[in-house]
Amino acid sequence: MLNMVQALNQAMHLEMERDPRVLILGEDIGVDGGVFRLTEGLLKKFGEERVIDTPLAESAIVGTSIGMAVAGLRPIAEIQFMGFIYVAMNQIISHAARIRNRSRGRFSVPIVIRTPYGAGVKALEHHSESTEALFCQIPGLKVVAPSTPYDAKGLLIAAIRDDDPVIFLEPTRLYRAGRQEVPEGLYEVPLGQAKIVREGEGITVVAWGAMIPVVEKAADAVAKDGLFPEVVDLRTLAPLDRETVLESVRRTGRLLIVHEAPQTCGLGAEVAAFIAARAMFQLAAPIGRVTGQDITIPLAKGEDYYYPSPERVAWGIKKIMES
Amino acid sequence: MFQILAEDGRAAPEREPKLAAADLKKVYRLMAMTRAADLKALKLQRQGRMGTFAPSLGHEACQVGSAFALQPQDWVFPYFRDLGTYITLGLPLKNYYLYWMGNEEGMRLPAGLNIFTIAVPVGSQLPHAVGCAMAMKYRKERAATIVYFGDGATSEGDFNEALNFAGVFKTPNVFVCVNNQYAISLPVWKQTAAKTLAEKAAAFGFEGIRADGNDVLAMYVLTQNALEKARSGGGPTLIEAFTYRMGDHTTSDDASRYRQQQEVKEWSKRDPIERFRLYLKGKGLWDDAFEAAIQKEADDLINRAVDEAEKAPPPQPEDVFIYTYKEMTPELNRQLAELKDFLKREPR
Repeated sequence: MLNMVQALNQAMHLEMERDPRVLILGEDIGVDGGVFRLTEGLLKKFGEERVIDTPLAESAIVGTSIGMAVAGLRPIAEIQFMGFIYVAMNQIISHAARIRNRSRGRFSVPIVIRTPYGAGVKALEHHSESTEALFCQIPGLKVVAPSTPYDAKGLLIAAIRDDDPVIFLEPTRLYRAGRQEVPEGLYEVPLGQAKIVREGEGITVVAWGAMIPVVEKAADAVAKDGLFPEVVDLRTLAPLDRETVLESVRRTGRLLIVHEAPQTCGLGAEVAAFIAARAMFQLAAPIGRVTGQDITIPLAKGEDYYYPSPERVAWGIKKIMES
Repeated sequence: MFQILAEDGRAAPEREPKLAAADLKKVYRLMAMTRAADLKALKLQRQGRMGTFAPSLGHEACQVGSAFALQPQDWVFPYFRDLGTYITLGLPLKNYYLYWMGNEEGMRLPAGLNIFTIAVPVGSQLPHAVGCAMAMKYRKERAATIVYFGDGATSEGDFNEALNFAGVFKTPNVFVCVNNQYAISLPVWKQTAAKTLAEKAAAFGFEGIRADGNDVLAMYVLTQNALEKARSGGGPTLIEAFTYRMGDHTTSDDASRYRQQQEVKEWSKRDPIERFRLYLKGKGLWDDAFEAAIQKEADDLINRAVDEAEKAPPPQPEDVFIYTYKEMTPELNRQLAELKDFLKREPR
């Protein structure tokens, strides 16, 4: 039984053992083992050449990873918190995402940028960001957000082996939230595949990352009202598995999207738009969203106003069912 | 400032590199070729046959001199004003023209040529060069990475982050800062309060040297030394090539808005090609026949490259889609099909 931190740590150990081109760089990832202990034991096993404690400079962490990738390595870049990734945006958007296209396929950037993300942990400012939609809009990037230890390990292994740049978002709130049976060896959870985590009827709830347990609690709660929502975990946010969502919504006839990011221009907007375009006449009710508010994420004392709770999601489900 | 050739073409004998006569003539030929290909691009742009680009006029010594010191195992990260570097490394001229005509095919760089694509955002290629050098060090290769950038780039965060990483990890990097006195309109003295750009290297714990960027031999010798130091584990070097941008920033710019004609006139007396020509003439390696042969060769090569670039087929819809990821995603396939369907109804 492993928690998500252990599962991710195992994925990195195994991939680094398997492939000498894989190395990891970031702030405090060596001696300290990472501020969340994700890289525990890697330095001891693989040495300073492959587990690189870098100076405090996010743009250079991503930028040098790009250079290493172009030169044939497969670096994992750790950004300590998603709130600090913005200074690396130029490297991510202007280069990592475009070099394959710019070079007509001669160069590619097989890097994984790992970062803890999301709220619900009563953190200080800049430590609760959930700005995945910024990355989902960039052609050339893949974006992944696991919700279980099993998926986290398999998705990270797939991301490391992927030939395109992957933004790997680790829900801080789920790092140690629960344990799960996780196979000891190597396995991949393919990128670009959503998963129906709970079969149901009458409504599909689409979510990802730390919202999955929230949605599952909400689904448990509405069962006493005779409602059995189907829950889809996107797992990969870009490229989006539209077919799984479409197939589910066509079957259930209703859609609720839940994300912790602010509502406006969140990934939920894209899900709603493509469902409206392709399944409008199979819908029995308007599409709904339960999301973070369009505000700066409040500090600890006010976080609950922002963060979708099981109660708010249950309320959202009932509103759609009653409309 | 490190100099070998005085403005009258006379060399400081103790610093003169041991280059064979054939190599010296080759360097001259590459500089002349760069000048001719650059002027041709300007002409094409004025005729509406070429898009916006950054002319290299006056930078021939920085570009050719430094690139001539490279070995095939080294890697090159250019900036957007690097025609002489490409020509020295052997990038087909057709690629250069095609790219600035607005076709990504131009950056389909021949396999085996260790040159990276152009980075337009200023200074953002420096971390790539450091990462590449870190990879070389990791694989214990006897190779170095050279990266080019302008004076404006030294104000960017990426310059400071990249040089800091290079110092900390002692990477095999050579940083060539082409100080051409202006970043579009901003003169270098408003870019920094430092007396030289070379001295910035001290803050990162390695050597920085200012070279006369209009002296091709100085550029060659300093780059050669820095590359060899890098390859043999001595770590990075910053070379500031002190030169002048004789043309506009790009073809969309009008430099007369922000600099005096007198200044341009003063710098035109230090023309890098003329200086090297005088040097070669003094050695008996240059005459009118040699010049005529070079100009003829350049004309032929350039005309052929322009012809090939202009005759290159325009991109098909697939061409702008298929390099987004290694494999097309279902949504990209859908969008491509929709675009093709639309184009069938409404041809371009």
